[in-house]
Amino acid sequence: MDTLYLDNAATSFPKPEAMLTAMMVYQQNIGASPGRSGHGRSIEAGRSVYETREALARLFSIEDPLRIILTKNATEGLNIALQGGLQPGDHVITSGMEHNSVMRPLRFLETRGVKVTVVPCSNAGTLDPNDVRKALRANTKMVVLNHASNVTGTILPVEEVGLMLRNRGGVLFCVDAAQTAGALPMDVQKMHVDLLAFTGHKSLFGPQGTGGLYIREGLDQKISPLLMGGTGSRSEFERQPEFMPDRYESGTPNTIGLCGLRAGVEFILEQTVETIRQKEEELVSLFLNRLKEEENRVTVYGSRHAARQTAVVSFNIKGVSPSEAALYFEERYGILCRPGLQCAPAAHQTIGTFPQGTIRFSFGYFNTPQDVETAGKAIRSLLIDCE
Amino acid sequence: MSMQESFAVILFESISHALRAEKIVKAAGISCKLIPVPRQLSSDCGVCLRFTKDVHERIETVLKGKIEVYDIHNL
Repeated sequence: MDTLYLDNAATSFPKPEAMLTAMMVYQQNIGASPGRSGHGRSIEAGRSVYETREALARLFSIEDPLRIILTKNATEGLNIALQGGLQPGDHVITSGMEHNSVMRPLRFLETRGVKVTVVPCSNAGTLDPNDVRKALRANTKMVVLNHASNVTGTILPVEEVGLMLRNRGGVLFCVDAAQTAGALPMDVQKMHVDLLAFTGHKSLFGPQGTGGLYIREGLDQKISPLLMGGTGSRSEFERQPEFMPDRYESGTPNTIGLCGLRAGVEFILEQTVETIRQKEEELVSLFLNRLKEEENRVTVYGSRHAARQTAVVSFNIKGVSPSEAALYFEERYGILCRPGLQCAPAAHQTIGTFPQGTIRFSFGYFNTPQDVETAGKAIRSLLIDCE
Repeated sequence: MSMQESFAVILFESISHALRAEKIVKAAGISCKLIPVPRQLSSDCGVCLRFTKDVHERIETVLKGKIEVYDIHNL
């Protein structure tokens, strides 16, 4: 039986061929430590890493590629932004649709004296920017929001919130773009974002172990690094360098992974994000229409509008637990999906599916309308078998 | 070495800055090369941008406002 991979919100699969080639070429022809030794292959390795920054900067409309620090995933980027940027006594605002990559660092910081406000979202996962405005206090240091939920795909109004915060001044705006980088058009100026965390292995088509954090100019002295160590620069000093990106990039990086990420991002730049978005929106639209046919036994969560969500659809089937359904889909149809809480208990509380969770099908650029048809068929078949 | 007499180097804060500077300088049609930082200049383990002295001013002009220069030396 063929498998049908519908877990792209966890990790995209397959990847563009160019990603694998780039990683192989690095290991066969370069293989050295980037920017450490000064010899030709070390410079080549450094150039590969730098070009990854350049490709990302083009994709997110970031003027200076050195404003991007490279991390192992979005979680690391978010931890630098939150743990590095918030002090005891500060107030931080987030939403009721966040992943644990935001909620866990915030709950930890709460024990250290940071005040946390969670602005509620509607049960469709939407957020009213006015509710964020109303939650602002004199000591609010930061607002942190996901760009789109990993549970329902619901896109949050980050541009509106960003503009409101920029006009007010004095509050940092941090966006978790784990689900949207590469999947939605993104411009750090238009979003008025100060800190943008992203991962490489989802819609950016890179390998696991890659990601990053954009830090707007002028903010790096306000954000402390989490890790310190060798950077290949200022080696005569025992103090951590203060300039970007070395301030936040200690230890030998994942050069081979970053070569793969560069190729993934270059693939997106060639295809264009708009083309990718259009295709994913069409797939979601098809799938939502298919689910509508089963609406007396299938509950769909989130906005239920393809234009207002990413290629993620969460649903439940009456009388069947998410894990039972997932097992059925895999055993009978080879469908690989993600049941349960998807590391986002807060989001499930918001949409009313805590603690059992949902079945999540997440599509990608390489899926086809035929795949959506197979998914629909599998659900119909489960409904018949349960009757 | 008499060969090196007409060269100068610019040191940057990091390899990333040096790579960005190299791109900017080459894009302006000026020839340059990244080399290991000569030991007498710094104990740093990074690289620096080497070029012939006659293009020194042009290089400083194209980098102005884009990349901060850490140090400049004649070789």
